[in-house]
Amino acid sequence: MSNREVDRKDDQCLEQKNSLYFVEWIQNNVKSSGIPLKGLSVESIFAGMDKMEFTEDFIVEYQQLPASLPLYLSVGGEAKKATSIIKPCSTDYIKAQERMGASVGLTDPSSYYVVGNSDLPDTETVQGVRNALASVHNGGSDAYDQLVETIQTNNKSDHAVAADLDTLLNALSGAVACIDTDRHRSLLSAIFRMSLYDHKDHIMDALVGLIISLAATSGKYLDSCLHMLVRHFVPPPWVIARLSQSRVSGQKQEVLTRVHKTLLKISLLVPLAPSRLFPMLSQQMPKMNKKDQDKALVIYVENLFKLENSSIGQVGGNMIFMMVMERLRDLDLEIDWDDILQDDSNRGVFDMELEDAMHEGDELPVGSLNQDTSSGKIVFESLDKLMVTSFHHLEACQDAGRLDQAFEKLFESFENFILNTYKSKVSQFLMFYACSLDPESCGVKFGSKLLDIFLSSNKPRPTRMSAVAYLASYLARGKFLPVSYVASMLKRLVDECADYCRICNDDTRPEAHQLFYSGCQAIMYVLCFRMRSILDVPRFRSELIPLESILMHKLNPLMVCLPSVVAEFLKQAKAGGLFVVSDSFIFDDLLESELSRAFGGCERLDTFFPFDPCLLKSSNSLISQNFIYWSTVMNQDDEGEDDAEIIVNGDEESDEEEEEGDLDYALNKMSITPKHSFKNNMERDRLMKMPSMIRPSTSPESL
Amino acid sequence: MMEGLKMADTELMVYIHPSKCGNEFNAVCRQLSSLLFQYDETLDGVLLAFDFAVKSKGAKVLAGLNPYFGVKVESKLLLFNPKPNSLVEGKIVKISPESIHVIVLGFSAAVITDVDIREEFKYKLRNGEGCFVSRSHKRHVLKVGTMVRLQVQSFDEEVMHIAGSLLPANTGCVKWLEKQSEEALRSVDFCCTHSLTIMFFVRNLFYFSRDHKRRKIA
Repeated sequence: MSNREVDRKDDQCLEQKNSLYFVEWIQNNVKSSGIPLKGLSVESIFAGMDKMEFTEDFIVEYQQLPASLPLYLSVGGEAKKATSIIKPCSTDYIKAQERMGASVGLTDPSSYYVVGNSDLPDTETVQGVRNALASVHNGGSDAYDQLVETIQTNNKSDHAVAADLDTLLNALSGAVACIDTDRHRSLLSAIFRMSLYDHKDHIMDALVGLIISLAATSGKYLDSCLHMLVRHFVPPPWVIARLSQSRVSGQKQEVLTRVHKTLLKISLLVPLAPSRLFPMLSQQMPKMNKKDQDKALVIYVENLFKLENSSIGQVGGNMIFMMVMERLRDLDLEIDWDDILQDDSNRGVFDMELEDAMHEGDELPVGSLNQDTSSGKIVFESLDKLMVTSFHHLEACQDAGRLDQAFEKLFESFENFILNTYKSKVSQFLMFYACSLDPESCGVKFGSKLLDIFLSSNKPRPTRMSAVAYLASYLARGKFLPVSYVASMLKRLVDECADYCRICNDDTRPEAHQLFYSGCQAIMYVLCFRMRSILDVPRFRSELIPLESILMHKLNPLMVCLPSVVAEFLKQAKAGGLFVVSDSFIFDDLLESELSRAFGGCERLDTFFPFDPCLLKSSNSLISQNFIYWSTVMNQDDEGEDDAEIIVNGDEESDEEEEEGDLDYALNKMSITPKHSFKNNMERDRLMKMPSMIRPSTSPESL
Repeated sequence: MMEGLKMADTELMVYIHPSKCGNEFNAVCRQLSSLLFQYDETLDGVLLAFDFAVKSKGAKVLAGLNPYFGVKVESKLLLFNPKPNSLVEGKIVKISPESIHVIVLGFSAAVITDVDIREEFKYKLRNGEGCFVSRSHKRHVLKVGTMVRLQVQSFDEEVMHIAGSLLPANTGCVKWLEKQSEEALRSVDFCCTHSLTIMFFVRNLFYFSRDHKRRKIA
C-alpha cells in the first residue's frame, strides 16, 4: 500500500504538535508505514515522503519558493539540477529532507524519526558551499550572496530559515579552507556579527562549530573568533533587563556554557590562543560610564573567574586576578570615603569603630550625602557585588583544591595594586577572605610575605611601612589566626626593633627612623587587640621582654607613635601586668601628634589601619564571622578603668550616668577612654546624625 | 625526522635597567624569556629555549635619561623555523572529513585540509571516531593521538600556524613510516646477500660447464 493512501488523522495531529520542526510546504510530512524498516524492531513512523511523490512535489514547490532558500544546492538555479542531487536510494529520504531544511524533532520521545548522520554535513552540501564560495572568483556571485543573506537574516520566527541556517553553518565549517579573507569579507563579517543570544540551541551549536573550525584552520581568523566569543561575556541589554525571568536566565546560561566550552576547545587546537585572549579580555571589560554597566560588569567578572578556574586560567590566571584587582581598586578610589566617614581628627581610632557599632540599624539617608548620590550609590553597590563575586570565586577555588595556587596569583596582584594604595578601604578584604578560608596555609603565608616585605632592604620605604601596617591590622583582626602564630610574628617584630635600637644613629628627628616607629606602632596595635591572649601564655609573655627596653629607648617611640594607640596600649599593658610605665604621658586629648604626623609622612601611614571594619553590607556579612571587632575586645576587658599613669583629658563617667537615654548608657558601657564631651548636646547631635556612614551590619552579633 | 629546528650560537648585547645592577643573571633571563615563543626576524625563527653565559664583567653604560647598561652575553638558542617543503612531526588532536588538526612541538597548530591529503587516504568512521585509513595499506591509520609527519606549505609567524600537506609519499604516520623504512633496509640486506649467493652460484655453474667442456675435449 503506497504511502499516499496512508493518511491517518493522528499523523496530522503529530505534525501540528511539532509544528516548530516542520516545514509547511512539504505536504503531509508524517506517514505511518506498516513495514518495519531494516534495523528497527517496531513499526515506525518515519518522516518523509515517497520518493516519486517527493521529487514531483519538490520540483513544483521549489519553483514557487522565495529566493531565500538554499540555492547552494543548485548553483545554476535550475530545478533540474536539484533533482539530480537526490539519489535513488532509500536511506537518502532522510538526507534529502535534511537538505530541504525540515529538521526532525529529536526531543519528542513519542516520535520515532529515523535520523541520518546529522552531526556531519553531507559532503555534497559542503561541496555546494565550496562552489558558492569559489563563484566569487569567477564573477557570478549569486550563490555567494545568497549565503551571506541567509546568515544575515535574523528572523527567529521563520523556521525554514532557521533550519537552513543550521545546515549552512555546518556545511561552512567543512568548507572553511576555501574562505578567503579578502573576497569573502562580507560573509566573514556576517558570521562574526552573529550573537548566540539570538538563536536556538541547535543553531548555537552549529555556529560554535563554525567558529572552532575558523579559529583552528587559519591564524588569520583566530583573533576575530576570540573577539566574538569574548563579546558574549556581556549579554545584550534585553537579556540584562530581564534576568529575573527564568527563561532568559536559562538562555544566558546556555550561551555562556557554550562560549566557555568553545574557548577551551580552541585552546586545545591552537595552544597559543590563550596568550592572544588575555589582552582582549582587558580591552573588552565594561567601563562604568554608561547606565546599567554595573550589572554587565558583574556578569563579565563572573565569566573572567570561570575562565580562571579552567585550564586556560592555568596559563594566565594571574592576568585575570590583576584585571579584577585593578578594577576593584579603581572603584574603591572612586568612592569618596572621607566624605562618608567624615574623618575627624577629634575622634580616636577605636572610638570611631564603637560609634559605628552603636549606630547600627540606621538607614543611609540619601539626601545628606554631599556627593552625587545616584552615581555614588551605583559605584558603592557594584563594588559590593564585585567583592561578593570574588569571594565566591575564592570559595570555588578552594573546592577545586587550588586555593594555594590562586592565592599566589592573588598576592601578586595585591602587591601590585593595593599595597601601595593608601586610600583603598575594601579591596584588601579579598586577601583577608582568602586567608580566612585556609588559615594554616594562606593565612600564614600572607603574614610571612608581609613581614618579608617589611624586612627586605630592597623595597622602597613607603612600601615597607605599608606592609607592616597591613601586617599589624591583619594580626589584630584575623579571628582565625592561632595565638601562637601571632606571637611568633610579634617576636620577630620585637627582635627587629631591638636590633635597630642597638645600631641606630643619634638623629632625633622622627623622619629618620620611620621604619622603626612603624614597627613599634605595629607591635602596640596588635597588642591592643591581643594583649590578653598573649599574656595568658608564659612563653609568649617572655618573648615580649625586650619590648620594655625598646619603648624606653632614647628614640622614644611612645611619644612619636600615634597617641591614641599608645594610650590604649599602655592602659592594657598596665592592666595585664606586662610592665609599668613610670613616666606619665600627657596626651591632652591628642589623637595624633605632630611627631606622629612627622613619621607617618604625607600618606599618613601613622593612621593607616587597612583592615578596619568593612563598610560594604553584603561583603561584610561574609567577613564578619572571622573578624575581631574592637567591641569584642573591650567586653573581654574586665579590669577597671583607673588611669593613674596615663593622664588623659577624660570626662568622668559619673557625669554621663545622669543623662537620660539608652544611647548614652550604651555609650557609657562601651567607651574606653572617653575623649568626647557628651554633655555637649551639639556634639551628641552631630554624632547621632552621622548621615553618610554605612554600618557594618553584623557587629552587634559579635557582642 | 623533524626539520626546521636549529641550534644557534649567538653573541647578544642585553640592555638592563640600572635597578637590576647586581642581579644581572636574573635580568638577562627575564629579557630572553620575554622573547620565548615569538618569531624574531633577526634570529630568523621562533625562540624555543636558551642557555647563556655572561662573558665579561664590564658593561657599557648607555647615555640618556635612564642609564641602561649593556651586558655581553654568549648564548645557545634553540630556534624553530619550518621552511616551505620541509618536514615536521606532530600529534593529531582532531580529525574531520575536511581537515586534520595537528599540534607540533606542543605549541604550534598545524592544519591539513582535505585537498592536501593524498588520494591514498580515505576518511572512515571507526568506533564513532573519525580516522583516515590508507587504501593500499590497511595498517596505515591516522587517528586522534597519532604522531604524524607532514610537509610544511606555509608558516604564519604571528600565530605560529602551519599549513601542512600529506601529499608527498614520505608523509603519514611516523610509526608506520619508520617501520616501512626499517623493513626496506632489512630487505635490501637480504636481497644483497641473496644476490651475492646467486651470482656466486651462477659463476660456479659457468666455470663448471667450461671445465666440463675442457675435460671432454681432453
